[in-house]
Amino acid sequence: MSTDLPGRLPDAFTTPGSSSFLDFLHGHAPELLPSHRATGATGSAAGTDPRGASLAPHATTIVACTIGADAAGGVVMAGDRRATMGSMIAHREIEKVFPADEFSAVGIAGTAGIAVELVRLFQLELEHYEKIEGALLSLDGKANRLSTMIRQNLGLALQGLAVVPLFCGFDLDQGRGRIFSYDVTGGRYEERDHHSVGSGSVFARGALKKLWRPGLRRDEVVRVAVEALYDAADDDSATGGPDTVRRIWPVVCVVDGAGYVRVPDAELGPVVDEIVAERHAAAGGADGGARS
Amino acid sequence: MNMPFYVSPEQLMKDRADFARKGIARGRSVVVLAYDDGIAFATQNPSRALHKISEIYDRIAFAAVGKYNEFENLRVAGVRYADLRGYSYDRSDVNARGLANAYAQTLGTVFTTESKPLEVELVVAEVGPTPARDQVYRISYDGSVADEQGFVVMGGQSERRGQVVAEAWEPGMSLPAALRLAVRALGASEDPEAEPEDIDASQLEVAVLDRTRPRRAFRRLTGGVLESVLEPDGE
Repeated sequence: MSTDLPGRLPDAFTTPGSSSFLDFLHGHAPELLPSHRATGATGSAAGTDPRGASLAPHATTIVACTIGADAAGGVVMAGDRRATMGSMIAHREIEKVFPADEFSAVGIAGTAGIAVELVRLFQLELEHYEKIEGALLSLDGKANRLSTMIRQNLGLALQGLAVVPLFCGFDLDQGRGRIFSYDVTGGRYEERDHHSVGSGSVFARGALKKLWRPGLRRDEVVRVAVEALYDAADDDSATGGPDTVRRIWPVVCVVDGAGYVRVPDAELGPVVDEIVAERHAAAGGADGGARS
Repeated sequence: MNMPFYVSPEQLMKDRADFARKGIARGRSVVVLAYDDGIAFATQNPSRALHKISEIYDRIAFAAVGKYNEFENLRVAGVRYADLRGYSYDRSDVNARGLANAYAQTLGTVFTTESKPLEVELVVAEVGPTPARDQVYRISYDGSVADEQGFVVMGGQSERRGQVVAEAWEPGMSLPAALRLAVRALGASEDPEAEPEDIDASQLEVAVLDRTRPRRAFRRLTGGVLESVLEPDGE
């Protein structure tokens, strides 16, 4: 069926039309797609086999919150550094927050191996479009592409290898930061103000509700995000708190009109030390002992 | 039954080459030249959307002259080739040599097997960590590849314009000096005595592969940035 001549680039490469790397992979090399991996599990009996959940390392809590009034200052996204395998800590320095492109970031919770590959493919998808079209995708366009990729992973998700990302970015048309959450079926939901995903998200979300206020400055929002992760780690064994012994801090990034910037460890160290000192003074809560 | 006239293979290839060469010579030229911090590309192109110079990968860029639809197709193929390679191996495993070979094979096969050769000439350039490790490949319509050092001029009047660049180009030029030379070459006319035509910045498409940039080295120079670089005393 192929009319390819030996030596020259195959027809798939020169077919005009698609600006999507994902579509190109589907046509030319589907075996490279994460969703096409043969897992050895077939049929409906294996369809709900949860073993994958305890065999593969899992990444956990991600938080995101907006900066400034009406999110005009952009968004902050932060993720802890722990990956777990059942009740074991698989890795204590894993990074789960990545730049998707210059004006967006993606954080991942769920099966680490698949999630990291998915992020790599997503980054490439956005860059590929940008190179071929000579223009950036809209933020909604990027969010929808991610949605498609999550949907393609549904088969693996049902075998216990789910990936649930959190996506945020600066919408250059509207001039504000926006946050999108997803479910395993690829459902895409825009979140207001702040959101959290992963095993510790329940606790992180509670903390965000109390700590976050509209109109916070960038450094205040960074602190809120780190503190929410601290609360998540306090109650969720799969979420790692700031490691003051090894000096390993969460990955925190800021996405605003100037683009994606990762907050350096030199800035995070004092923030973590301050939070830990305040908690030390008031072991039960977050108000720094103000009520005592 | 009609018998086709016998055409010798030499004549056949020569006709095709002449055809391709004529098509390429009709287009405006592209100048590619190395400067101290990278590789600069310049061409006369009033369009802001239809590019002759584009990014292929982190450190690799592409420039073309000839028929737009044909080289646009090759450019997209190059982006797909590079992205697929980078995805299945690693970003550092994508290099200009592999891409130049893929283009050469494609152009060569089309030249010998199809009824019409592609009327394009390409440059694939990769910026390295030092000027000595920069790579510039020029790929012709028949699939021949040349590993160029320093500069390339292709397209219409490329001989005369190449001469202008060859006389003044030297290793380690600054970006403004290199770009001013490129613009002078683009404005040069067939007659060596004639004053070079003055080309306005708005008529130029200029891009650089800047080795000092962290990942994606490709950057377009437009508007005010380009004007300030091209000013006679701009540095």
